[in-house]
Amino acid sequence: MTTPHSHNSPTLLKPNIPVGIVGYGAYVPRYRLPAKEVARVWTGGKGGLPIKEKAVPGLDEDVITMSIEAARNAMLRAKIDPAELRAVWVGSESHPYAVKPTSTVVAEAIGAVPNTQAADWEFACKAGTEALVAAMGLVGSGMGHYAMAIGMDTAQGKPGDALEYTAGAGGAAFIVGPAEESLAVIDSSYSYVTDTPDFWRREYQKYPEHGMRFTGEPAYFKHITEAATALMQAAGTTPRDYKWAVFHQPNTKFPQRVASQLGFNMDQIAPGLLVPVIGNTYAGAAIIGLTAVLDIAQPGERVLMVSFGSGAGSDAFDILVTDKITERRDRAVKTQEYISRRTEIDYATYVRYRGKLAMK
Amino acid sequence: MTEVVIAGIGQTEVAEHWEISLRDLAYLAIRDAIKGAGGLNPQALFAGNMLSPNLSNQAHLGVLLADFAGLTGIEAVTVEAAGASGGAALRQGYLAVASGMVDVALVVGVEKFTDTIGSGVEEALATTSDSDFEAVQGMTTSAQAALVMRRYMHEFNVPEGGFAGFALTAHANGVGNPNAMFRKAIKPEAYAKAEMVSDPVNMFDMAPNADGAAAVVLTRRELMPDGLREPMVKILSSAASSDTLALHDRHDMLGFEAAKLSVEQALKKSGIGLTDINFFEYHDSFSIYAALSLEAAGFAPRGEGWKMAADGSIARTGKIPCATMGGLKARGFPGGATGVYQAVEAVTQLRGSADSSIQLNGARFGMIQSLGGPAATAVTHILERI
Repeated sequence: MTTPHSHNSPTLLKPNIPVGIVGYGAYVPRYRLPAKEVARVWTGGKGGLPIKEKAVPGLDEDVITMSIEAARNAMLRAKIDPAELRAVWVGSESHPYAVKPTSTVVAEAIGAVPNTQAADWEFACKAGTEALVAAMGLVGSGMGHYAMAIGMDTAQGKPGDALEYTAGAGGAAFIVGPAEESLAVIDSSYSYVTDTPDFWRREYQKYPEHGMRFTGEPAYFKHITEAATALMQAAGTTPRDYKWAVFHQPNTKFPQRVASQLGFNMDQIAPGLLVPVIGNTYAGAAIIGLTAVLDIAQPGERVLMVSFGSGAGSDAFDILVTDKITERRDRAVKTQEYISRRTEIDYATYVRYRGKLAMK
Repeated sequence: MTEVVIAGIGQTEVAEHWEISLRDLAYLAIRDAIKGAGGLNPQALFAGNMLSPNLSNQAHLGVLLADFAGLTGIEAVTVEAAGASGGAALRQGYLAVASGMVDVALVVGVEKFTDTIGSGVEEALATTSDSDFEAVQGMTTSAQAALVMRRYMHEFNVPEGGFAGFALTAHANGVGNPNAMFRKAIKPEAYAKAEMVSDPVNMFDMAPNADGAAAVVLTRRELMPDGLREPMVKILSSAASSDTLALHDRHDMLGFEAAKLSVEQALKKSGIGLTDINFFEYHDSFSIYAALSLEAAGFAPRGEGWKMAADGSIARTGKIPCATMGGLKARGFPGGATGVYQAVEAVTQLRGSADSSIQLNGARFGMIQSLGGPAATAVTHILERI
């Protein structure tokens, strides 16, 4: 007889069959809009800047094309038969279609159809990690051998709004499979979710709205610290047990502050802190940070990743890098290589690329 | 004359209390005030609040707060006079007890700004001005203060940075107040570098909107329960005045006439003189309003109120200490709760229970003044340690 656990006690999500990351891939579009360029147009160059610059997708890019890029990189690293993918799941808040999945196009492009699940996930900036938890469940239960989870965004920022400085583009794809085939084992995850309306966009609205400082303490900081603390408590770990940590990164300050609140130092978060140079990639933000960490991590190193999605919730993951990392990571373009592939644009070009001019 | 004493005080920290509701905030202050009053049972509740119908979609606040505090059955009303709501509520409580109609009155001030965000707050605040003639033109409360400040600087040749002393004094005192929103001293350079809000009003020339609640229990001296060890503080006098609501209707926008009248009346009723006042809690929602209040009260001649901040006269060791617990600038501006915070803070100083870093020595008389807008309402109370 099993003992029912208390309704409100933190419950680790731990698969029956150990799982991990078999392959991963990132994608960052080429164009960069410096934050000072946004300030030049909107504030006469005054005021602090939340990041250095953000990545901007080109005219022919969207969440579908970018997801395919990342998915192909993940496939290159995993070297598996795409027909073995039992799911292709894409989390985003900028799916090109309101009705019609992004994921079927991605699945078709990488050859995973037709014997597969395909669905789009939505949970603001944690849609990608929500898909990752589901992939852990699918593989961890034995229903499938491999599942792909993607988090990708071409984030929308209202012209002149504080978020226009940071709303970037990019993301990552992960292939989840059995632990023994993995370059990093995901021991468990923990999710902390409440009804906290800090940021939203209703149907037919072009740009999201946010609750200003309400997005800070009661939203970002509360959910991330609760999720991270509960996961570490259940796992019996402390910040010292982790070589690296990655937190959702809407701007430069928030992840730095939440890291020190939790007891992590700046060295632990440095490799995964990409927001200063690519902006907030929303559903891609925490997980693209993880790809940059996996690009440099050594076997045996432990990684804590905590996402945050408005509305609001956080998923925390306890990840252990295996010796398979060394041979696999060089099979595809690394995240930092995407970041250094850079073409700077001005605000006018940005307005054109992002379709912000009303043409009819 | 009946002596009205402050039997108990309560207050919450002034902050952005995202997770505490309007009623909970008020309850926290009420609970402490009643506890401190040694078991006195309030017969009437006067709630000072400025904008809960706009900010929290909640009118009929007095009853809600009485109900939530377990006081159903007693008389309960809301008193609104914009930023002076707290002072006005305190005066209603005072009048009720002084008249003998009520034995024990509970006065609670509460404001919950964070139920609304961004321009919604500005819009709500603008409703406290003349809506048809000021707000409709896009005038905000800071724009109004900017007009007054610019005129004052022009008329009296105030140099750049002339108002810095108000913010510096407030922040220096806020350090010692555990309930203050800002407990950090600032340097003149920080003031000089501050971003402009509405030229010439910069970030440090205006008080921050914040959530908070404060409460006092009032009774007549002879009804005080035995065994209350705290030194007793009484309300020596109370006065309220009004001016034109719209700034443009005034013959002289640099004279806070209502503030002047209310101080004159409060002094007259108290039987003491201005020089007997040991400290002054003014309504520094904007530094220009602090300067004009000093002049209206008679502490400084016309056009020279700003000099009292510049020369240290308002500092803790100065001629007339002001904003002794941080004032609106550093403690924060919890709207209609502000006047009740001033009462709680004055009681704290008079009892000698402030933090040693900001405790005034041997203070006997404290004057507190609550303003609505640019002193369209002014409520002044003089408190005495007995």
